[in-house]
Amino acid sequence: MTTTPAIQIAGLTKSYGDHAVLRGVDLSVPSGTIFALLGSNGAGKTTAVKILSTLLKADGGTAAVNGYDVAGRPAEVRASISLTGQFAAVDEILTGRENLVLVAELRRIEDAGRVADDLLARFGLTEAAGRRVATYSGGMRRRLDIAMSLIGDPPVLFLDEPTTGLDPQSRIEVWETVRTLAGQGTTVLLTTQYLDEAEQLADRIAILHEGRIIADGTLAELKQLLPPTTVEYVEKQPTLEDIFLAIIGYDGREK
Amino acid sequence: MTTDAFHDTTVLLKRSLRHILRSPDTIITTAVTPIVMLLLFVYVFGGAIDVGGGEYVTYLLPGILLITVASGIAYTAFRLFTDVSGGLFERFQSMPIARSSVLWAHVLTSIVANLISLVLVVLVALAMGFRSGAGVLAWLAVLGILVLFTLALTWLAVIPGLTASSIDGVSGFSYPLIFLPFISSAFVPTDGMPGPVRWFADNQPVTSIVNTIRGLYGEQAIGNDGWIAVAWCVGLLVVAYALAMSTYRRKIA
Repeated sequence: MTTTPAIQIAGLTKSYGDHAVLRGVDLSVPSGTIFALLGSNGAGKTTAVKILSTLLKADGGTAAVNGYDVAGRPAEVRASISLTGQFAAVDEILTGRENLVLVAELRRIEDAGRVADDLLARFGLTEAAGRRVATYSGGMRRRLDIAMSLIGDPPVLFLDEPTTGLDPQSRIEVWETVRTLAGQGTTVLLTTQYLDEAEQLADRIAILHEGRIIADGTLAELKQLLPPTTVEYVEKQPTLEDIFLAIIGYDGREK
Repeated sequence: MTTDAFHDTTVLLKRSLRHILRSPDTIITTAVTPIVMLLLFVYVFGGAIDVGGGEYVTYLLPGILLITVASGIAYTAFRLFTDVSGGLFERFQSMPIARSSVLWAHVLTSIVANLISLVLVVLVALAMGFRSGAGVLAWLAVLGILVLFTLALTWLAVIPGLTASSIDGVSGFSYPLIFLPFISSAFVPTDGMPGPVRWFADNQPVTSIVNTIRGLYGEQAIGNDGWIAVAWCVGLLVVAYALAMSTYRRKIA
């Protein structure tokens, strides 16, 4: 593990016309950690991720990924990252395996077929490998989506609202994947609007609100800042989920 | 860098060609409307249209070929729109690949798909009595001008493909292009049209392209029409490419 932060943002600004989306964002994500960027819809999470993944130019400030400036060294940044966007970015007409082989070929992996088969097995998609993605469930698509992002072992992974629209089982599966990745040294920047997701996964959490980071710290540090009503909401949600999962007999594993 | 772009374009081209193979309906749909028009105009209206000798199907074919391309590029826009709205476009753009390869793969796929549709239409025309004694060179020239025309319209189709917010918006842009041949020498000679309409018909790109193709396979002199047609196609291509690239740059940093 290096001492250079995997992601370093200082004074980042971005406006669309008169509408300021980011108003000076500062962030530092240590290498090999899971960092959650928490915020409601329209808080600027996706804009920040798009700037970090070189899809959007910032108006001001600096951002560096894996030590490379996103504006000055975009090619090196793209070689260091994988982006999993808000919606599963998969090719519906191709099969699951073909999707993986496509990305592997674009990343010039020697043995694209073997890499694809390994990932299919790892994400429980071996049986569905030869089926067109159009027939996949939401959870399967998201797993394939994340599997595609892991090809080439990029050191930094952006997950933009990875569990939005997923059912509770799929959600837990995504969480397990993220934990495994972080265990292997991958830095994960995760955006989410779900408090429990940040609570479950993240080593550090930053709250983005109206274009600014209004809180940044570990869960323990943040808990002291949150007003009591919000704490109540956080504690309630997993309880209902636990009940749901218990009723349908799900124990965190696929059958 | 160029070998990178070539490698990435090839990989992505392979992907979109697979799309075409798996949904051949897009090619059939593209070819059906022009084929129906061909049948309708030759067997229903054709008897009443005087084109000064020769089979009407032979007179009509070039215009129908241009309509085929104009309706075919709607699918190019649609395929690109699907990538953009589904997030695949952003995935590719955030990967360490030659970024231009994503658009080029779509453009080349458009050429391939349109050529297949054009061949289908020509086969139907042959069955209906279209004949040409023109040599290989003349046919290569016809192919060249059709590819140039397809390329120009394809880059035009890239713009709605990148910017449209709904599927309706994607396909809508091609309707005017499909109707342009009606006000040209494609269906009837322009001589009988009233003043302003005739002026428009004589001076819009379709007429010179249609006259060129008709002249080439009819083994007749094409005069200035050939150069005017090439100039229109190249001009359209340059403008469409420039607009498409500026749209692309506004979309992606």
